[in-house]
Amino acid sequence: MTDDDYVIEAEDLRRTYAGGFEAVTGITFRAARGEIFALLGTNGAGKTSTVELLEGLARPDGGSVRVLGHDPYRERAAVRPRIGVMLQEGGFPAELTVAETTRMWAGCTSGARPVGEALETVGLTRRSDVRVKQLSGGEKRRLDLALALLGRPEVLFLDEPTTGLDAEGRRETWELVRTLRDAGTTVLLTTHYLEEAEGLADRLAIMHEGRIAAEGRVDEVVAAQPSHISFELPEGFLAGDLPPLAPLGIRSHETVGRTIRLRTFELQRAATGLLLWAQEQRVELRGLGVRSASLEEAFLHIAKDQETTR
Amino acid sequence: MSSTDTVRHPIAAQSTRTVTTAGARMTALARAELALLGRNRATMFTALVLPAMLTFAMSSAVKEMELEDTGLSVGTVLLPGALGYSLLFAVYSTLVGVFVVRREELVLKRLRTGELRDTEILAGASLPAVAIGLAQCVVLAVGCTLALDIPAPRAGWLALAGILLGVVMSCALAATTAAFTRSAEGAQISVMPLMLVSMAGSGMVVPLDVMPERIASVCELLPLTPVIGLIRDGWTGGASAGETFGQLAVVMAWTIISVFAVQRRFRWEPRR
Repeated sequence: MTDDDYVIEAEDLRRTYAGGFEAVTGITFRAARGEIFALLGTNGAGKTSTVELLEGLARPDGGSVRVLGHDPYRERAAVRPRIGVMLQEGGFPAELTVAETTRMWAGCTSGARPVGEALETVGLTRRSDVRVKQLSGGEKRRLDLALALLGRPEVLFLDEPTTGLDAEGRRETWELVRTLRDAGTTVLLTTHYLEEAEGLADRLAIMHEGRIAAEGRVDEVVAAQPSHISFELPEGFLAGDLPPLAPLGIRSHETVGRTIRLRTFELQRAATGLLLWAQEQRVELRGLGVRSASLEEAFLHIAKDQETTR
Repeated sequence: MSSTDTVRHPIAAQSTRTVTTAGARMTALARAELALLGRNRATMFTALVLPAMLTFAMSSAVKEMELEDTGLSVGTVLLPGALGYSLLFAVYSTLVGVFVVRREELVLKRLRTGELRDTEILAGASLPAVAIGLAQCVVLAVGCTLALDIPAPRAGWLALAGILLGVVMSCALAATTAAFTRSAEGAQISVMPLMLVSMAGSGMVVPLDVMPERIASVCELLPLTPVIGLIRDGWTGGASAGETFGQLAVVMAWTIISVFAVQRRFRWEPRR
């Protein structure tokens, strides 16, 4: 893949708010043409602050951003006609109808699709003449999506696109985002839903406290996390009676009361060794739990890790 | 939004497209703002009815004034004041409300993600109020002329310059006021200083010619004073080049200061 194939490039990006709060503290990542890239993080992780820099809404306090090869802040005229943006909150005049809002936005968008077609894509055709203030939260999100898609953008920024949607609406939005990706659109989305990032993103970055804590394909990020085994120490046994852990591929262990927790990157070897030991000793491992690494694990681990190292 | 729909309407990215023009973008925004203005009854009342009402209310007071030594008539006092009300209510106060409410609704932030430039957003959103203000100026001028039997303006271009510069300055002052206003409720208070000061000191009700000289020389520097002065001179024709130049300088100075303040201080998102 050549450099030209990266449509979003952020390098050592920083954003500091008045008052000195550092929301984004030097992040670097790239998104390739035609991929869905997710910024995953808890509230306050710096996702929206980052996306606003990518969209060219604010000037970075350090580092650089390039979108489609241009600086989105300084060369906005070159970038804006080719991107679509969906903010976290709508931002539509309450007293305009859905159709009026779309028509207004179409007048400001290069190569805009017809209003009717745009509304049909997101299933709002029947709500055309309804004032925005009467829409449900989910309908407002869909209107926002329709506007973001009006100019058939090459790059689409979606800031928490499914927050406030019901399960059905969420599934439909995912479907639409995949369709867009398959048609060649690059999508950068932020989310705090793990399953959204896991199911939708080709690659993702987990943000925590203004930093990227992990980045890569979902399986890569997950693979960097250990799997877990937990069980209750059988009666009459001490932790020292367990077989040597390191040869089983177990990286660390902790004891809470009588519960033993093991962490390993070789789940099958570790579990087999442990179960064989239990069979030899003729004991039952009560409360046995074996959990392979997951994105959730990775996410929680990152949040916890950085708290303890602070 | 079913998946079959999205297959029937593939939304492939397009890399070649006709780019919108600033004019088209501002027209689209202005059209939406005009619809919104029409749906806001309180604003419509303030913008359309108040200037005429205040002019009428003022007329009896002006008729009591001693104007012999000033070369002014009831008509040439009242007419510039009427147009001043139009600038204050139809343009200035309306636009402060528009800017503040759109900011609170996050509309300004949303607009900034698109192709509109910052100036286009403010200018496009101002257009309907500007159009209403200009139309109202014409109606009030014609109305006053007919009702008070005022002769045709002797230096029409002065009046025209006054109105046009006044409209532009009112827009800039509105954006500046909005920059220092936190909420829609706050806007009802924050428009007061300029409105009250202008009514009292800009020659809208009491011409500067009948004021004590010291007070008049301070009042000359208020933003609306040169606008009212230019309009009045347009009708009376009684202005020296030096006077006119001074008036133009004051109105331009206020406009430039406001634009500068807007560039530095205008907020596009609500404070959180």
